Amino acid sequence: MRDLKVSFATRQGVVRAVDGLSFDVGPKEVLGIVGESGSGKSVAMYSILGLVRDANVEISGSVKFQGREILGLSDKEMQSVRGGEVGMIFQDPMTALTPVYTVGWQLVEQLRAHNDMTKQEARERARELLAEVGIPDPKSRLHHYPHEFSGGMRQRVVIAMALSCNPKLLIADEPTTALDVTTQAQILDLMERLQERHGSSIVIITHDMGVIAEIADRVIVMYAGRPAEIGPELDVVRSPRHPYTWGLLGAVPRADVKNRRLVTIPGNAVSPLAVPEGCAFAARCPHKMAICDERPPLRGAHQHLDACWLTDEQRLAIRSVATTRGES
Amino acid sequence: MFRYIIRRLISAVLVMFAISVMVFLIFFATPGVNPAARIAGRSASPEVLRHVSIEFGLDKPLPIRYLIMMYHLFIKQDLTSYVNIGYKIIPQIIAAAPITLSLVFGAALIWLVVGIFGGMIAASNRGKFIDPLIMFLGIATISIPAYWLGEMVNLLTQDKLHASLFPWLPNGGYVAITSNPWEWALHLLFPWLTLAALYSGIYARVLRGELINAMNEDYIRTARAKGLSERRILYRHALRCSLITIVSLFGLDFGALIGGAALLTEVVFGLQGVGWLTYQGLTNLDLPLIMGCVMYGAFFVVLASAVVDILYAYLDPRVRIVT
Ligand SMILES: Nc1ncnc2c1ncn2[C@@H]1O[C@H](COP(=O)(O)OP(=O)(O)O)[C@@H](O)[C@H]1O
Ligand SMILES: [Mg+2]
Repeated sequence: MRDLKVSFATRQGVVRAVDGLSFDVGPKEVLGIVGESGSGKSVAMYSILGLVRDANVEISGSVKFQGREILGLSDKEMQSVRGGEVGMIFQDPMTALTPVYTVGWQLVEQLRAHNDMTKQEARERARELLAEVGIPDPKSRLHHYPHEFSGGMRQRVVIAMALSCNPKLLIADEPTTALDVTTQAQILDLMERLQERHGSSIVIITHDMGVIAEIADRVIVMYAGRPAEIGPELDVVRSPRHPYTWGLLGAVPRADVKNRRLVTIPGNAVSPLAVPEGCAFAARCPHKMAICDERPPLRGAHQHLDACWLTDEQRLAIRSVATTRGES
Repeated sequence: MFRYIIRRLISAVLVMFAISVMVFLIFFATPGVNPAARIAGRSASPEVLRHVSIEFGLDKPLPIRYLIMMYHLFIKQDLTSYVNIGYKIIPQIIAAAPITLSLVFGAALIWLVVGIFGGMIAASNRGKFIDPLIMFLGIATISIPAYWLGEMVNLLTQDKLHASLFPWLPNGGYVAITSNPWEWALHLLFPWLTLAALYSGIYARVLRGELINAMNEDYIRTARAKGLSERRILYRHALRCSLITIVSLFGLDFGALIGGAALLTEVVFGLQGVGWLTYQGLTNLDLPLIMGCVMYGAFFVVLASAVVDILYAYLDPRVRIVT
């Protein structure tokens, strides 16, 4: 993806939901995209597949999938990509399935849309898929309606659907946000296992650094539609460079800290209507400088990039102060 | 599903019973009025009043009177009008019912087709000029009163343009479908169109709204992400879910119309259906006739709403009771 920009013309003005996002996803790689809600994560991913249906949207940039430009393809041209080469998992499993059809019907529908299969073959494959995502008694569950499944089980169905045509890339938009904590862990486990088995690449969107630490190989931290920091998961989590990432990591409730206090980043997320020309995070940043009125470039070394004007020495100083004060 | 149907039908029967009791009480047990005088109509002689008293057992306690009434209505079916002496109510209603059924069935077919197509075309052409055009036509047909539209149609087809454009059109009235299907359709053509106009507008507007809501649902995004064609998404997912609303709306409208709510259309076109009969009963203060019509109407409304609920459960699995 190169320099993706998505904006909506609204009555209040132009909403720049995504403002210059670039990244690559390698084969079998798990890329995490993290940021507060409203930072443009979903919009960025939906626009890849043309799922942003709004007459007032303007999308620019370039998205190449296996060397082919897919941004701006017509619905018809996009059909084989959607659900075939790229699978998608959504945030809310409660509403993601059509309520009036059985899950078997919905799986068969997708299988038959992409493969030359008889009803019987598709049904058999659907049963295998349900078994694979860990749904007990898959044969009879095929005949059940979405409302007869729990949230976690529904998300498994959605995952089965997304994987049904062996996609090369799986996009998961906050797949665990709507679930309770134990189910979250199970679903993440499941996704990891399936990813190993099928060898798909995954882009996983989340606002939870915990999820990133669990599953991602590489991370993009987004703020107000712009990338704040990009790097390998270990580097970003262990030695984050952007003040916004510092805040996000502070905001992760950590299981290993007894007296856990939810640290929040002071101030409100910047209004998408009024993203400043300079650094978008400046208004909330405790380390704001004069130069922050200019937009910082994304730069760094060893695949670990960030968009902040602070020098390495300044960062080191700030972080050592924070550690001596005690971060619990 | 089967048990659900049985349960729903039993409850329909209970509702019917409750309605019959209520209608009976309203007509015969309203305090301060003499039921005999009501039944016998205006300026009845003391002799007639006495006769009514005996026939309906007015000296007996209420429950007995209820049973006598129901006996006359449903079993012996010999309840007679005192205004138009000699007219038996039930056979009259039974004779009128096919006319109303013909009118409403034909109109319903037209308005379902027009309404559903209109709604779908409008919804899938949002933002183009055809959408507001259909919606405007919809609101226009909804706002035009049926009797005015009917009279205008009559004026044009039977009078002003009869010689030039509509010489093939019969002069009102009704021909049974069993005696001549072609004449039947010809006689009903304009009544159908008039009645259907109003409902087409309503259904097109409702369906458009439902479809637009449905297209914003998460499951539509999922369907699109599955790689389905836009056409399949519209028909198999959005329309299928929107139909649930249309079906329940339709059942209620249909039941009410069969029950006599097509009164204005029937009166304007001189079709002697149940609505027309009700109208006669009302203008003549013919109490037994009114009561018969009300019971008949209630029966169809209750029946229709039972059928709707069953269809609803068929269309929407969430409603079905898990047994
Ligand atoms: N159809 C739309 N019209 C106008 N603004 C939109 C629309 N869709 C999303 N936005 C805006 O785009 C921004 C990014 O949204 P989103 O990608 O959903 O955030 P998140 O990171 O939580 O997934 C939000 O500020 C939202 O208000
Ligand atoms: Mg989102």
